[in-house]
Amino acid sequence: MSKTVIKVETISKEYRLGEVGSGTLSRDINAWWAKVRGYENPNLRISDLASTTDSSSVHHALKNVSFTVNEGDVLGIIGKNGAGKSTLLKILSRVTTPTSGQFKVRGRIASLLEVGTGFHPDLTGRENIYLNGAILGMRKSEIASKFDEIVSFSGVEKFIDTPVKRYSSGMYVRLAFAVAAHLEPEILIVDEVLAVGDMEFQKKCLGKMKDVSEQGRTVLFVSHNMNAMQQLCTKGILIDKGQLVMEDNIDQVVNQYIGISKVDTLSAEGFARRGNKSVLFKSFYLSDSKGNKIESVIMGDDLYINVVIEKMTEIKGLDVSFTLRNSMGEAISHIQNMDNDFIIPSDDQLIALRIKVDSVLFVPNSYFISVWAGSNSEAYDCIDNCMSFDILNNPVFNRMVYPHNIKVFLRSQWSRI
Amino acid sequence: MAEIEDENWTLVVKPKTNWFELNLADLWSYRDLVILFVKRDFVAVYKQTILGPLWYIIQPLLTTITFTIIFGNIAKISTGGVPSVLFYLSGITMWNYFAECLNKTSNTFISNASIFGKVYFPRLAVPVSIIISNLITFFIQLLLFILVLLYYVFTSDIVHINSTMFLLPLLVLIMAGIGLGMGIIISSLTTKYRDLRFLIAFGVQLLMYATPVIYPMSALSPNQKSILLLNPLSSIVETFRYAFTGIGEFNIYYLLYSFVFMIVVLFLGVIMFNRVEKTFMDSV
Repeated sequence: MSKTVIKVETISKEYRLGEVGSGTLSRDINAWWAKVRGYENPNLRISDLASTTDSSSVHHALKNVSFTVNEGDVLGIIGKNGAGKSTLLKILSRVTTPTSGQFKVRGRIASLLEVGTGFHPDLTGRENIYLNGAILGMRKSEIASKFDEIVSFSGVEKFIDTPVKRYSSGMYVRLAFAVAAHLEPEILIVDEVLAVGDMEFQKKCLGKMKDVSEQGRTVLFVSHNMNAMQQLCTKGILIDKGQLVMEDNIDQVVNQYIGISKVDTLSAEGFARRGNKSVLFKSFYLSDSKGNKIESVIMGDDLYINVVIEKMTEIKGLDVSFTLRNSMGEAISHIQNMDNDFIIPSDDQLIALRIKVDSVLFVPNSYFISVWAGSNSEAYDCIDNCMSFDILNNPVFNRMVYPHNIKVFLRSQWSRI
Repeated sequence: MAEIEDENWTLVVKPKTNWFELNLADLWSYRDLVILFVKRDFVAVYKQTILGPLWYIIQPLLTTITFTIIFGNIAKISTGGVPSVLFYLSGITMWNYFAECLNKTSNTFISNASIFGKVYFPRLAVPVSIIISNLITFFIQLLLFILVLLYYVFTSDIVHINSTMFLLPLLVLIMAGIGLGMGIIISSLTTKYRDLRFLIAFGVQLLMYATPVIYPMSALSPNQKSILLLNPLSSIVETFRYAFTGIGEFNIYYLLYSFVFMIVVLFLGVIMFNRVEKTFMDSV
């Protein structure tokens, strides 16, 4: 049996919500002095006094997460946005410390939460390779011995003595990844760096990661690209709401992840709204054809948007539309009832609608839907980014990666004529 | 079985570590990073400037000229017999080093938040590299001072270099230590209290007036002098001036006080820095 290289023991991380501390030095000194003398904090309001131990103001980003990683494992960490993946990576990379629990590591650990950390725009490519390498934990001699390899991997030989601020963004990223790829720690932590660079380069990166794992080194990998996950990883853990839900081989975990597509709440309460409130969105959710709530869609499948609208006053001429944005906030598509001449009925006070969106061919990413209701002259109610879903890669399309910045996939038929 | 494995972990990370865990070994293993930071700081500052590193000389030179005109010729503040250009230049050279160290290290956490948020390395590498890169600047400016000094040595017999000059490394060490210590204390506090950033910006300037940079210690009444000597930087500037001109005051006990002050400040600073570096990402 291979030996354990990372052992995570009941790690929890809490964040205090709202302002940290009182914000001014004098009040903090005041509070500290009171504490020293054994009094209550004079700056607390009475209502706070009763509930100083109340956990409502504490956000548990991670709760008692334990797992082990063996030497040579490529572990995929899977979870929805906000599930706690990034927090876990930050703790393992020692950027922040856990609130309780501990973890043990055997061997040198290097993390790539970002490529190009510490790149200085005024320094040349050469200078930045050394600087970035050292930040990532390499010795100078180590970098020097791999320098040529790094440069040729990045493909920016001609510009190596040019300040990196003159680089195109693609060159910048390639150089940055090249440094990272030549790190040789026993354990490597990688976060979504594959989302950058052009197609050819992404392939190169995936190949490099495969090499790394084949050399028997341990990799921890976070990505939303389930296909890349399945290709690269051997094991997976699934995190949901800060808790470890599953630890198994990668295929099992990915399937489970696609399965846990439950929406927590249907209610439209608590969203920031705009509009004159002649109508209100009462609830909204995404579902499959059977009406089961979902949070992810396999590329090319149909998506159903379900909304319930309540009329607050008599109105005529109600239109409803949805804007779909990707995780960068770029509007990708727009859907409205006029698209197929559908007239929103106005006989009832509550109107339930189901909108079928045919084969969604957005590339794998997270997407957000904004809802809008109004007439041609004014907005009655609109809520930004109130629904979200992930598009998961569809193996049918034979694609593992899509070039950077590609938003929509178009099906094509190739033939020779 | 698991117990046996537990023996040889290379790293165990726990939520709270004790106050005095310094990890200097860790810093040592990242010495290449410190050197590269020094290089970056030094090289990047004057990229795309015409005069480049010449600015290291122009800046103290212009300040000296300004001081000579304003404090020497207009306000007629005594220089205790030292030629005024030499007098101000000596004060500025020493003072600049301290002020730069303090100003730059006090921003450690805030200005490096984006790097610190992404990758681990001993955070102390940043302030230590700042101290070292400023040391290079200091030596350039010291060279300027020595050139001006030599001019006066050969053209007049007012200035007398004496053996106290061999204390120079100690003076620089104390300056660096106090700058680093105060800088990391302030940088640790600024993660929570941003107010201090504003304080430090003009506080350093005010502190210069509480240090014998633009006036000699001999111009003060005994009462004023004893207050001035509470400032640990006073004796350093004064000793430096005495060492190279023979005019001024030198007292080994004053220097000892500065040294002890440096040790205390450094000690406190490193402790606070250690506390903050573990969790500051959550509060910045």
